[in-house]
Amino acid sequence: MKFLLSILLIALLSFAAALYMPWWTIAVAAFIVALVFNMSGGKSFLAGFLAIFLLWSVMSFLISSNNGHLLAHKVSLLILSVDNPYYLILATGLIGGLVAGFAALTGSFLRTKQS
Amino acid sequence: MRLIPFIISLLITCLLIGALSKQWTIGGKKAPAFGSFFSPQHGFWQNAEATDHDFSADLKFPQLGGKVEVYFDDRLVPHVFAEKTNDAYFVQGYIHAKFRLWQMELQTFAAGGRVSEVIGEKGLEHDREFRRLGMVYAAEIAQKEMEKDPEIKAECDAYTAGVNAYINSLTESTLPLEYKLIGYKPELWSNLKTSLFLKYMSYDLASHENDIEMTNAKSYFSAEDFAKLFPAVQDSLDPIIPKGTPFEKQKVFPVAPAGVDSIYFNSKDVAINETQKADPENGSNNWAVSGSKTVSGAPILCNDPHLGLNLPSLWFEMQLSTPDFNAYGATFPGAPSVIIGFNDNAAFGFTNGGRDVRDYYEIKFKDDSRKEYWFDSSWRATTFRVDTIGISGREPFIDSVAYTVFGPVMFDKSYSGKRSLNDKYYAVRWTAHDPSNELKIFTLLNKAKNYADYSAAVTNLHTPGQNCVFACKDGDIAIRTQGDWPAKWKGQGDFIMPGTDSSYMWQGMIPQDEVPFQYNPERGFVSSANQKPVDETYPYYIGRDYPPYRGITINKRLGDTTKFSPESMMKLQTDNFDGFAATVMPLILKNMQTGSFNADESKYFDLLKNWNLRDDIGAKGATVFEVVWQHFEDTVFNDEYAKAPKVIMRPHESTLAEALLKDSAFKFLDDINTSQVETLADNITAAFKQAALDLKTIEADGRLDWEKYNGVGIRHLGFIPQFSRLNLKTAGGSHAINANRSNHGPSWRMVVSLTAKTEAYGVYPGGQSGNPGSRFYDNFVDQWAEGKYYPLWMMTKAEVKNKSVKWKITFTN
Repeated sequence: MKFLLSILLIALLSFAAALYMPWWTIAVAAFIVALVFNMSGGKSFLAGFLAIFLLWSVMSFLISSNNGHLLAHKVSLLILSVDNPYYLILATGLIGGLVAGFAALTGSFLRTKQS
Repeated sequence: MRLIPFIISLLITCLLIGALSKQWTIGGKKAPAFGSFFSPQHGFWQNAEATDHDFSADLKFPQLGGKVEVYFDDRLVPHVFAEKTNDAYFVQGYIHAKFRLWQMELQTFAAGGRVSEVIGEKGLEHDREFRRLGMVYAAEIAQKEMEKDPEIKAECDAYTAGVNAYINSLTESTLPLEYKLIGYKPELWSNLKTSLFLKYMSYDLASHENDIEMTNAKSYFSAEDFAKLFPAVQDSLDPIIPKGTPFEKQKVFPVAPAGVDSIYFNSKDVAINETQKADPENGSNNWAVSGSKTVSGAPILCNDPHLGLNLPSLWFEMQLSTPDFNAYGATFPGAPSVIIGFNDNAAFGFTNGGRDVRDYYEIKFKDDSRKEYWFDSSWRATTFRVDTIGISGREPFIDSVAYTVFGPVMFDKSYSGKRSLNDKYYAVRWTAHDPSNELKIFTLLNKAKNYADYSAAVTNLHTPGQNCVFACKDGDIAIRTQGDWPAKWKGQGDFIMPGTDSSYMWQGMIPQDEVPFQYNPERGFVSSANQKPVDETYPYYIGRDYPPYRGITINKRLGDTTKFSPESMMKLQTDNFDGFAATVMPLILKNMQTGSFNADESKYFDLLKNWNLRDDIGAKGATVFEVVWQHFEDTVFNDEYAKAPKVIMRPHESTLAEALLKDSAFKFLDDINTSQVETLADNITAAFKQAALDLKTIEADGRLDWEKYNGVGIRHLGFIPQFSRLNLKTAGGSHAINANRSNHGPSWRMVVSLTAKTEAYGVYPGGQSGNPGSRFYDNFVDQWAEGKYYPLWMMTKAEVKNKSVKWKITFTN
């Protein structure tokens, strides 16, 4: 329950913060939530990773679907050298997920005791 | 707290964020900063415009004087209705920026020699060339001139304010995609940038000279050979102003300097010895027929400017409607007004004049400091313009250019432009450096009601000189070969001139009342296709390099057809008949010695023989002809050119054809390296055999069909292939009216029938949006490639409920 709640909170906080602030606020959000929720390092990393992986890949999937994947075809070819919008969506999720995962891990290490 | 793991983890997180915020160079290319680029709320995903995106909005700007309503139709063409004229220009600026900001800024960076600021050191050569040519100098002079005119100043100010209103509304997520990819931000617009953009058009259209190449050709060949290779007269010419038309009495009498033969014409000073420059092929067609030649009885005007084809397009379609005027057509993102289009009473269009208005003078400096130069028997002081060229990732480059009475000394010891040997100083005299107010033409044309208005408008055009075509509902048609044309003595400026005295300077411009024009000619039509504007009876020397063939085809068709409709005009504009091939084909077929042909050669010869002379899709004969002619020219001239300097003029396209039609024993047919005398038949057959080898490779590559060989494509301005539309299946060729070739061709096709309710059609190879993530980015390309048009809708305020209106933006103060 705590795990799911932390995922939800990281995603929500990140989404709201990114409306006004730079992309890396996802790290701040993951860090704070991990600090507050006080889970083990592994669980914290996973929560951070999943939260942003899901947020970013779902968001990019929705944007891309509404766009008929028009731009994703072009950008995947340009950046990944393959014409596959889903790879691009996956890459998006992974980049965000990794950053949030490590930020959450950092947050969890800041707590002296673990529950 | 577990300190060590905490620190390690913190470090990894920070490093990760740092790495994702940096622009790495991968495979020689600078990649975007991946963190922000991939963030769905900041990066490229934000540019993936929903296919049902709603463009409607209500916007408030205190700068506006009244209300402006903009209706977007289903092709995303904005129809702007403004209560105050200058508000229309504000909104035009805003909308240009909204859909084309990156391109607008890039073009002004290119014009002003600031590309290195974006792409780094590899832009430096370009930047130096443009600065040294005096592009910024020219733009500053033009800006001053425009701002002297209160009407044009107000128009420019409103336009600039509109562009800036949009730029100020941008956030990280709404930046155009290319800024995110390359990693920079737009700066504010200014009237200088508008002026720079217009100078960019001058660079594109008024730099038709080969003075350096011609100087070497003159030095390398004997006077007799030179005259044969570069004749000043074209026998086949069908000029813009028909032969036999009387001209105004000559008022300016340019006099060649004393000793011109020994000092200038017969000077054998080879000045230059490096790589060759590219030869731009900017041509265009325009014509108007009077009501006597149309089904409806109303004049029809047509125009298709041939320019470099890019995405986003040079053009943006829109309608501007104010209490002063109501105009529709192609606009330049970067400048106010409609450029090629029509209003409720008239239509207007342009083709390039293509005369030589840029000459070079060799300067003699006292010493390397370039502070003084020898002129009219004394040392004169230069002024210096010091340019600081910013370079991304490096300290700036400081360039200092000396200015003389002629203009900037573009080529000197520090700059060769890959064309000079660095030991000569060449100053450039260019009409684009003279004060002018080009925007005035368009402002006035947008409201022109009749021939008098048109004449008053176009006479403001100085550079780039254009053949301005006009038709109006009064029934008048007209064409004027308008521009500032130096009155030259014969041969003046064909080569680099001595810059040590004033006798070689231009002695004045051709007076405006001697600029050739036609108004309601008896033949019922006016036309131009970049051919030489006048025949030899015109009193002024206007150079020798003009493409004759499209003009011949157009005039023949316009003369032969008795009744035109908009539909037949569209057919004519996309006609693929190859006028050049038609001229030379009988000669080729007659002189081909087919007896020695192998199977491949026979096959290709059959393709050539059976070709219908049209550059159509699938026409294999067109490919054969192109390759054969190339080899034929090489066979004829390569022996003479073998030891020539690398930078040298080759004969113009029509020269060989015209020479052979006149004299089949043309001197250059003989191979100077053999003892026997080669004939025309020897040359053609030898060329064909070589061509057959090339054709075999071309066929093996699957490129024998004309459209594949011709390879027409629309390139992204930043050379990103994924944002380009390459290898289109489209017809046409450089000698056809439909002048498609590689990345060059009809950039805007327009047909306007001036019936009581105007009937107009148009298309350009692009789309209204400059965003590669929009469905409106390239949605006109296929229509264009197929030679089809869209009806152009001059909307009225009563039609706001029309089902074609999809979105509306309201601007209020």
